[in-house]
Amino acid sequence: MSKHVIVIGGGVAGLEAAGRLSLEGLEVSLLEKDKITGGHLNRWFRLFPDRRDSTEVKNYLDGLTHVNNVRLLTNITVEKLEKEKDHFTVMTTEGKELKADAVIVATGFDLFKSSRKEEYGYGIYDNVITSADLEDMFREGDIVTREGEVPSNIGIVHCVGSRDEKVGNLYCSKLCCVTAVKQAIEIREQLPESKVFCFYMDMRMGGAHYEELYREAQEVWGVNFIRGKVSEASETIDKKVVVKVEDTLAGRPLKMKLDMLVLMAGMEMSEGGKKIAEMTGLKTGENRFFEVADHHFGSNRSDIEGLFYAGTCTAPMNITETISHARAAVSEVVEYLKKS
Amino acid sequence: MKQEGKIAIWREYQKEIADDKYFYVRSCIRQNFFPGSEVTFLRILRDVLKKDVFEHPCHTTCSGIGYHGDVVPVETAMTVVARQFALMTEAGYTNYVPSCITSFGLYTEIIDTWHHFPEVEEKVRQKLKEATGREFNIPSNLAHASDIIYKFRKEISARAKYKLINHDTGEPLRVVDHIGCHYSKMFPSKGVGGAEYPYVLAGMIEEWGGEVVDYPERRHCCGFGFRQYLVQANRGFSVACSKEKFESMKPFKPDMIITNCPGCPMFLDRWQYVINEMEGTRYGLNGEGIPVFTYEEVAGLVLGFDPWDLGLQMHQTDCEPVLKKIGIEYSPEDKYKTGVKTFSQNQPALANV
Repeated sequence: MSKHVIVIGGGVAGLEAAGRLSLEGLEVSLLEKDKITGGHLNRWFRLFPDRRDSTEVKNYLDGLTHVNNVRLLTNITVEKLEKEKDHFTVMTTEGKELKADAVIVATGFDLFKSSRKEEYGYGIYDNVITSADLEDMFREGDIVTREGEVPSNIGIVHCVGSRDEKVGNLYCSKLCCVTAVKQAIEIREQLPESKVFCFYMDMRMGGAHYEELYREAQEVWGVNFIRGKVSEASETIDKKVVVKVEDTLAGRPLKMKLDMLVLMAGMEMSEGGKKIAEMTGLKTGENRFFEVADHHFGSNRSDIEGLFYAGTCTAPMNITETISHARAAVSEVVEYLKKS
Repeated sequence: MKQEGKIAIWREYQKEIADDKYFYVRSCIRQNFFPGSEVTFLRILRDVLKKDVFEHPCHTTCSGIGYHGDVVPVETAMTVVARQFALMTEAGYTNYVPSCITSFGLYTEIIDTWHHFPEVEEKVRQKLKEATGREFNIPSNLAHASDIIYKFRKEISARAKYKLINHDTGEPLRVVDHIGCHYSKMFPSKGVGGAEYPYVLAGMIEEWGGEVVDYPERRHCCGFGFRQYLVQANRGFSVACSKEKFESMKPFKPDMIITNCPGCPMFLDRWQYVINEMEGTRYGLNGEGIPVFTYEEVAGLVLGFDPWDLGLQMHQTDCEPVLKKIGIEYSPEDKYKTGVKTFSQNQPALANV
């Protein structure tokens, strides 16, 4: 009889893992809390570094699960996750009970709630938006202010909720710098008359082709990069956003009036992941993501045998890394089931 | 501007404020700057709200003005503060209420320091005992005097003779709230509403009928900034800071400014006169200045106290246009009944004549 694996979370990692497990001949149930799978991918319009349409990746992942007969259960929330001897039992809030021989937790990340950086005024000032809000505008092909006007001067704030002791997140979310560069280029593509200013602490261009994209943003698209943290944003009577910044290269404070301010929200352990941690006692790290068994050769393993991690529930990752991590998790599951 | 965003933040920053039996400590400078304010606080608390408020004759400066002016070391400030707490303890009180924002900030900072470094607290206790023979308890509740008025804003509203409403049009007055830097910028959780969008004065304004003005330089320093003014060579910077704020708030056409710090009303009030003298600029409506009030003065006006008992004649920027706008009944002839007139009648309308 085929072994059964439950994958919790239907984002990039969960879809990739479920599809690959099924390819291995295992019976797979994929649990997703939302109505549809895809997670954050559904909200992003184009992806860095090549600005490909995100639906291409989504279609690939959906294809992987559909073709391979993954049992997909959406609108499902895990209420209880227990291990007894070699078997896992998952109870859902909808009253379903599922048994499994192994579990992959792929609960992903939540975007940092930008309203927690009170000084930026997200949720208060009309023209302060997040990177996710801007993706919605890209998809609509309509970058406008709340008043319906085409913005001329747009600011982008890096590290919102990342590398920030004040909000309790000391880690780098890794993706915000390159997202800012990608979005700055897309703004300039759609609004050639606009000026874009990126306020950064450090440009962390560690991924493949990131540095090239950064160079392109400056040389081809004329994006302005200002090294300094925005200390506060405020609103003028005509709904412009005034930012105060310390320009650390010029060595002086800077005040600028913008039509729109975009906050590069960082990544945090998802609420779903936190609940799984609470109900299982799985260890979480200082960054509140799941603590993996070994950072070098056990990044899919947890402290419960037979329960594995895939993707950004363990740390910030891009899509490429997430897919690789999910494949590695599959390899760990297969190895584990062979032994058991 | 989305008010619901601010309301969500305000919910996060609620603080416990004692409801009676206050050990009240005055400011070093407020009695000179706005001499009616502290006595108005006592009048409201004791006579209107029937609260127990105790003042100790041996209370001294907290030394915060020297600490923030870089002339008093923190260990000295701590020992002075320990003595104030000893006075409270000896008097049998536990709820400490400073009138001064900088005192409130210093007390908050010292209590927090002692919490994290108990060995420092122990050393201060020893030094105080050696020097004065006194011992002290840390207050069970520390609230700034504006927190107290905020707490009782609804009770004051229930007894209101006037509201912050234009008597002729029925429109709410547009009110700028300016919060002293040492209120919550250092310890956001210790201020009503936090540091970025403090609610302590906004709550009074809303409750008493006014409309809060949020403008780009709302968080900016009033211009006092201690060394900006205390060091004479820096005073140009002090007035420039105030000017920055006035320029920023002017498009919103505020009727008045309300403050909760000793220095802020002083500088926002006096520098308007100075800027007018220097370059002929006035920031208020109808070519006038923007009247600047302490929260006690505004509470007193709402309760129907005589404006001259509140000390409004001591303001440099004339308050009378706002009194008339609210429809407050007062006697212009009594304006200087307790003092000597210092300005000529020919001064511009900005000046309080």
